[in-house]
Amino acid sequence: MSKVVMLEVKGLTTKYITRFQEDVYAVDHVSLTVEEGRSLGIAGESGCGKSTLALSLMGYYFPPLHYMSGEIIIDGRTITEMEPDDIRREILGTEIAYIPQAAMNALNPTQKVIDFIEDVIQAHDPYKTKKEIYDLARKSFEVLGLPADVLQKYPVELSGGMKQRTVIATSVILSPKVLIADEPSSALDVTSQKMVIKMLKNLMEYGFIKSMIFITHELPLLYNVTDDIMVMYAGQIVEKGTAQEVVFDPLHPYAKGLMGSIIVPEKGLREVELAAIPGVPPNLKNPPAACRFAERCKYVRAECEANPVPLHYVGGGRAYRCILPEKELRDIYAKEARTREVHEHAR
Amino acid sequence: MPDDKKSCLSGSGLTKIFGLGRQKTVAVDHVDFNFYEGEIVSIVGESGSGKTTLAKMLLGLINPTEGEVYFQGQKRDISNQKKKKEYWKSIQAIFQDPYSSYNIFNKIDAVLLDCINMRGGRNLPHAKKVELMTEACSFVSLKFEELTNKYPFELSGGQMQRLMIARIFLLKPKILLADEPTSMIDACSRATILGMLMNLVLETGMTLIFITHDLGLAYYVSDTIYIMERGKFVESGSPDEVILQPKEAYTRRLISDVPKIHEEWDLSTV
Repeated sequence: MSKVVMLEVKGLTTKYITRFQEDVYAVDHVSLTVEEGRSLGIAGESGCGKSTLALSLMGYYFPPLHYMSGEIIIDGRTITEMEPDDIRREILGTEIAYIPQAAMNALNPTQKVIDFIEDVIQAHDPYKTKKEIYDLARKSFEVLGLPADVLQKYPVELSGGMKQRTVIATSVILSPKVLIADEPSSALDVTSQKMVIKMLKNLMEYGFIKSMIFITHELPLLYNVTDDIMVMYAGQIVEKGTAQEVVFDPLHPYAKGLMGSIIVPEKGLREVELAAIPGVPPNLKNPPAACRFAERCKYVRAECEANPVPLHYVGGGRAYRCILPEKELRDIYAKEARTREVHEHAR
Repeated sequence: MPDDKKSCLSGSGLTKIFGLGRQKTVAVDHVDFNFYEGEIVSIVGESGSGKTTLAKMLLGLINPTEGEVYFQGQKRDISNQKKKKEYWKSIQAIFQDPYSSYNIFNKIDAVLLDCINMRGGRNLPHAKKVELMTEACSFVSLKFEELTNKYPFELSGGQMQRLMIARIFLLKPKILLADEPTSMIDACSRATILGMLMNLVLETGMTLIFITHDLGLAYYVSDTIYIMERGKFVESGSPDEVILQPKEAYTRRLISDVPKIHEEWDLSTV
């Protein structure tokens, strides 16, 4: 039985044009699908194109970001063919909603929260009365566990975590089909972060949204929040799979490296040595034609720098972008783990 | 901690109260502590628990309302600007936001030269200064030749934070206070920066005071963890004691708030 596909992206490519008329391809042929009721996590280091992908997915481009090619299909509707004004009116907020990292700054300091929500709703439906909006807002705030008196408050009266949750609740008030959350909790401390995450999970459970894309560099968080994880590097997808697969059995050397930098307060953490990946990502103005990770890869070979590397699909939605076969990669990792054990034993 | 360790920074009854009368806020409430030489200490707490206020008092940026700080066993005296400057030779800080930690008009050379001058190297020959700067940069895996004549804002956040560590490497203070040094940096560079800080401590024998809200980080780097709740230290001890066998309910809650990999993350507790 196949589920309804909420968001489908085929070969999306977008670029930035800098002040000096240089092209920077920050999202390079990205394809993904998110089914109803599922969440997709996107991981990667700063500057790998995570946030640009999030912006590009909304189909609404403004300079310096430009659309190049590819399709975005939300619930059967191809939005890449639509006029920007139609997208703004018909798609944003109602079909796809976006929460940036500093979402809390969206609140207007001179407006009460309820007035802010009124503005948001009336932008889409000018005929809704104040009473209807208030009832709708109160109902969704109640369901999401936010106190209803927040509605009558000014943003300065709320804490950072509360502001963030208020904006999230506002952004899903029109029940979008896809929610894109770009680092919604990284400006918050651990306790507020947990409340935000719980709320995002509730959104899905209570049917406010039908699917979610969650972007962060915090892998433990991603692992706990999303069903699937996609790892990006230099504008490309380098690994795709379920959260379990990507975290515990990564195939791509970059994904493997990322997993080595996880820090969690669990027994055994102090014994392992944190492995950081040396070097920096390539400049996307002029990325390497072949494997983009080759320069930093521990297992680099001559063939790596010869041809572009396609994404290999290995079944069950699992994919990785490396010239080495699955088995060989696993053998390499297993051997490494063994030598490490011997070292630790010797110590 | 074995008793033969020398105390580097300690405090007794340290208190900071903001405001007066009914508006009064007790940010730090009679805390006692003893940080030893060459130790990595973490101070962990939520937003608003008083971590940063305590840090500012330790740095001598604000005066405590009550209580004393002892530096290397002596009562700290920073009553005038000259004494303060002298004290700051022994204590340095790295802050959360690398973007606002630099003077935007100073080039990187100037930033590093300043450190050499502060350590009394003003009259060294130029070649020696360059050698020192190159050494400091290579310690944090930056290349001095690539940085010279650049401004700090031309670097990435991770690189800026590493340059900050290069500064500390040149200054070699007795105490380094790091206030959330990695919270604005992505997970991958975070591992690099933590590794560098730990190397720095090993190499120079300084005391590192690490302020964070992330118990995972604290568990990884520290020799001693202090848990701070509403201006008070509620629990302290070795990382294994505090993280694996927490006694206080507050500590248990903080631990449960951090997402984990091998254990279930219980979302029902908020």
